[in-house]
Amino acid sequence: MTLLLIALKSARFRKTSLLLTVLTIAISATLLLGVDKIRKESRESLFNTVSGTDLIVGARSSPTNLLLYSVFRIGNATNNVSWETYESIAEQEEVAWTIPISLGDSHRGFRVMGTSTDYFDFYRYGNKKALTLDSGERFDDVYDTVLGADVARELGYEIGDEIIVSHGITDADFAAHDDKPFTVVGIFDRTGTPVDRTVHVSLAGIEAIHIDFRDGGRTGVQLDADQALLFDLTPTSITAFMVGLENRAQTFQVQRQINDLQTEPMSAILPGATLSEFWRTISPVEQLLFVISGFVLVAGLLGMLTTILSTLNERRREIAVLRAIGARARHVVMLIVLETLLVVTAGCVLGVAMLYGLMAIARPIVARRFGVDLAATWLDSTQLGILGAVVAGAVLVALIPGFIAYRRSIQDGLALKV
Amino acid sequence: MTSERREVVGLEGVRFRWPGRAEDTVSIDELHLDAGEHLFVRGSSGSGKTTLLNLLCGVHTPSSGTIRLLGTDLSTLSAGRRDQFRADHVGVVFQQFNLLPYLSTLENVTLACSFSGRKTSNAGESAQSGDVKASARQLLESLNLSPELHRAPVNKLSVGQQQRVAVARALIGGPEILIADEPTSALDADNRDRFMDLLFRETEAKGCTLIFVSHDPQLAERFERTIELDPIVDESEGAA
Repeated sequence: MTLLLIALKSARFRKTSLLLTVLTIAISATLLLGVDKIRKESRESLFNTVSGTDLIVGARSSPTNLLLYSVFRIGNATNNVSWETYESIAEQEEVAWTIPISLGDSHRGFRVMGTSTDYFDFYRYGNKKALTLDSGERFDDVYDTVLGADVARELGYEIGDEIIVSHGITDADFAAHDDKPFTVVGIFDRTGTPVDRTVHVSLAGIEAIHIDFRDGGRTGVQLDADQALLFDLTPTSITAFMVGLENRAQTFQVQRQINDLQTEPMSAILPGATLSEFWRTISPVEQLLFVISGFVLVAGLLGMLTTILSTLNERRREIAVLRAIGARARHVVMLIVLETLLVVTAGCVLGVAMLYGLMAIARPIVARRFGVDLAATWLDSTQLGILGAVVAGAVLVALIPGFIAYRRSIQDGLALKV
Repeated sequence: MTSERREVVGLEGVRFRWPGRAEDTVSIDELHLDAGEHLFVRGSSGSGKTTLLNLLCGVHTPSSGTIRLLGTDLSTLSAGRRDQFRADHVGVVFQQFNLLPYLSTLENVTLACSFSGRKTSNAGESAQSGDVKASARQLLESLNLSPELHRAPVNKLSVGQQQRVAVARALIGGPEILIADEPTSALDADNRDRFMDLLFRETEAKGCTLIFVSHDPQLAERFERTIELDPIVDESEGAA
């Protein structure tokens, strides 16, 4: 019978107290792994949101603000970009393509974005992936709309349905553009980015529904959908635009040129750099969570130490018996370390199981509310490292009772006073 | 395996003193035991018999003098070697609590082989089917423990049965020396006599040298040799 088998049977004998310890370890492992997973996935989804875009341009504001409203549809623009400025930049020879973005309206909680068909051609996310349509086609008519995957799914829209856009980002009835409904002509595939939660229309569509609006309210005149089409629907301004350059080496040059524009105060940002900066501002929160989880682990290990120490007295007899049949003093240490190893391994296995269980439950909720996809992937090297650290920490902790038992077994010898 | 007149245990000028004590806890000028001899060590509590046991088992080393087991001077061995020597050549039976509560009766017996390759191969040879378990079963049965008890958890056994299991464990693998520390003190008179009968029968059958420690003078009659440990003034010995 090997020492491991003895440790196993001994652990089974004390299962009630050890099971609680296993649970404590499992919870700390789940927390540590969970925080790590969330950190990675949120970083991933953040950096996956936009790719292949060299510059994002908007009215002068902080880079983070520009990034948040243009890409993540969070917050609002401080000011608009005039159509003339947009056109003058778009026509520069360094510029390969532009995607205009016009924000400000919403549909039942989802942001409406006016853009051009260049959006379908040039927008990239993740690893330079283009947008693809799950069904239908691109918008063509002024009153066409293409929905993000989540919009269609959550609101149950299909091709051919009509939707009404609200003015502003609230659902206040009085400001609904209910006289000019849009027809769903296409639905995007899921991207895992804010695109999924956006209602896309043409710039002309945005212009048309605002033709009888001025300064955020209705003018006295009311024009119906067909009448609006008689007007020139070229916008006077847009919210922001994305720029792809012919040559990426010119990025900084073009950026400086836009930032120095005399006619209109503008900001051009590098999405990657701004994302990194944004990530740096929020990552201390994640690090704090990680540290807290670390403390939970320490508490768990201390609990385990208490449990093992409390069993040492009753084990004095056991140890004397083992010593009598020839176990060396170091076998006594090994026995306790082995038992700890069993407990902590069971704890880690249970912890991983709990992590996947929780992820399976939370995945749809987190994806809907935060746009972060908690896909059940294999444990990566960091996570295996975390588990390794948990096991190593436990073994280190177990050396304390191991050493106490060792010293006692030397002192007690074989004949134990009972 | 018993050669006549072979010295199994030899003590010469053995002194043991706990650090900081004025008196020797154990003081034995000379003691020799041959193979198959049965020695009764009589001593009341505080007479240093516990320490003597630890010395004989190689757990403690004497302050001076030599302890020879089977011709090996224990002081020439490292602590780990002494543990291995004990595993291979010595069986121990305590007063009580000899068994691990989470192992079955049979597992408690075969446990003695887990630290000793010698006992494992000896036990294998002694049994017809050639494995340690068969040898353990034979021993248990010869100690009047019926097969249905072999798989039972040890806390289902009576104290008398438990002590016999302890003897089986001490004897498996044919150790040359059996050391018993008050093994009958928890037994009533009937059980005690039966236990002693079995213990003698088995040790004689195996030619095992028995060192039996007890404070009970009644038991001494059964032994051919008796030594007396002098009570020592130092009554704090037990706490050490």
